[in-house]
Amino acid sequence: MEPALQQDLDGQGDIPAHVDLHAEFEESGVKDVLTELDRELIGLAPVKKRIRETAALLLVERARKRMGLAHETPTLHMSFTGNPGTGKTTVAFRMADLLNRLGYIRKGHLVSVTRDDLVGQYIGHTAPKTKEILKKAMGGVLFIDEAYYLYRQENERDYGQEAIEILLQVMENQRDDLVVILAGYADRMDRFFASNPGFRSRIAHHIDFPDYTDEELLRIAGKMLEEQNYGLDAEAEAAMADYVSARRTQPHFANARSIRNALDRARLRQANRLFENARGPLDAGTLSTISAEDIRASRVFASAVRNEEEQAP
Amino acid sequence: MRITQGAFSFLPDLTDDQIRAQVQYCIDNGWAVSLEFTDDPHPRNTYWDMWGHPMFDNPDAAALMMELNDCRKVYGDRYIRVVAFDASHGWESVKLSFLVNRPAEEPGYRLERQEANGRSIRYTTKPYAADRPAGNRYA
Repeated sequence: MEPALQQDLDGQGDIPAHVDLHAEFEESGVKDVLTELDRELIGLAPVKKRIRETAALLLVERARKRMGLAHETPTLHMSFTGNPGTGKTTVAFRMADLLNRLGYIRKGHLVSVTRDDLVGQYIGHTAPKTKEILKKAMGGVLFIDEAYYLYRQENERDYGQEAIEILLQVMENQRDDLVVILAGYADRMDRFFASNPGFRSRIAHHIDFPDYTDEELLRIAGKMLEEQNYGLDAEAEAAMADYVSARRTQPHFANARSIRNALDRARLRQANRLFENARGPLDAGTLSTISAEDIRASRVFASAVRNEEEQAP
Repeated sequence: MRITQGAFSFLPDLTDDQIRAQVQYCIDNGWAVSLEFTDDPHPRNTYWDMWGHPMFDNPDAAALMMELNDCRKVYGDRYIRVVAFDASHGWESVKLSFLVNRPAEEPGYRLERQEANGRSIRYTTKPYAADRPAGNRYA
């Protein structure tokens, strides 16, 4: 048996007279998670600040608990609001890691679900389905994406209500076992909370994810390509900057996700271009360089031009 | 008479924390844990009723503890056991099985002797509880 567990079973260990928060900050690995968060995630300054604050709170709470000053597990359920592609899922993974290192959850895995995974199709199907997911998430974090779909105002017999009731019950009674993170668009989440006051009161941390700026998206693009051993040449970089500002004005803009998709298509075009035009052997540099024409060929530019033409008759 | 079936049955009843630790040990070994219950304590009664499905992909013992508490609410007056299966060789073999709940009163067994041919005697054990119909045995 692990020593920590043994101590739990035996009852209280010795109560320390004082704690060194900074030493704990480093030892628990919280510092690593936070620096990694800073280094790997571009932008998101307010989110990082909130996570830092939350980590501080939890660290202090843990020290208080060890000294016998606090007994209750603090409420850790959170809501992440923001537009699509702003990094909610990525941050949720980091959050799970953070909570695990602080000892608030035992396993630190993340189970990501949507309405489909929780709500059944016929009477009596929902409860077992929701419970199955909850069991899978125990010891970790349950991440419910687009949580507002659970509640359908127009249909009072919708099975979503049943899933909500089970969720609320577990969120209240098994706070030691499970942390729930609800995610979705800000305005729709607000409406969801307004019509489900039970959720609002059980969620302690609301974190809002801002949209990325053009400059941040460009840096994200560079990072994504770098991870796959691709690069943009100077012209392509300018083309990408134009692409980002043009894409933003078009419908279904999903921040970093749109950029990822654009890069995937650019790679496709690059591969095609090399295949069609290549004469003779190609070196590694050519194979991993995306040039301006790969990006300029995007439909986004075509429709941007069309928009301008329509506006100027 | 306290029945002794499965692992740990000569020890005092496990506390919930101890059950949780054992179950976590099973899960960490990659075994699927499940709950079974019965009101027929005969040692040859190997087929107990299942409580839900075996839990294959729950990384934490809290899931089983939740089911156990639910099961106790419904069948708290019967025997409940945790069974851990190892499916790694392609079939399921029981690696660990232990009682986690027993009735408040366990009446024990009657030994019946049947006089057979000559002077030979055949023995049968019958749980007193089984005299009553299934479902009402420990009520």
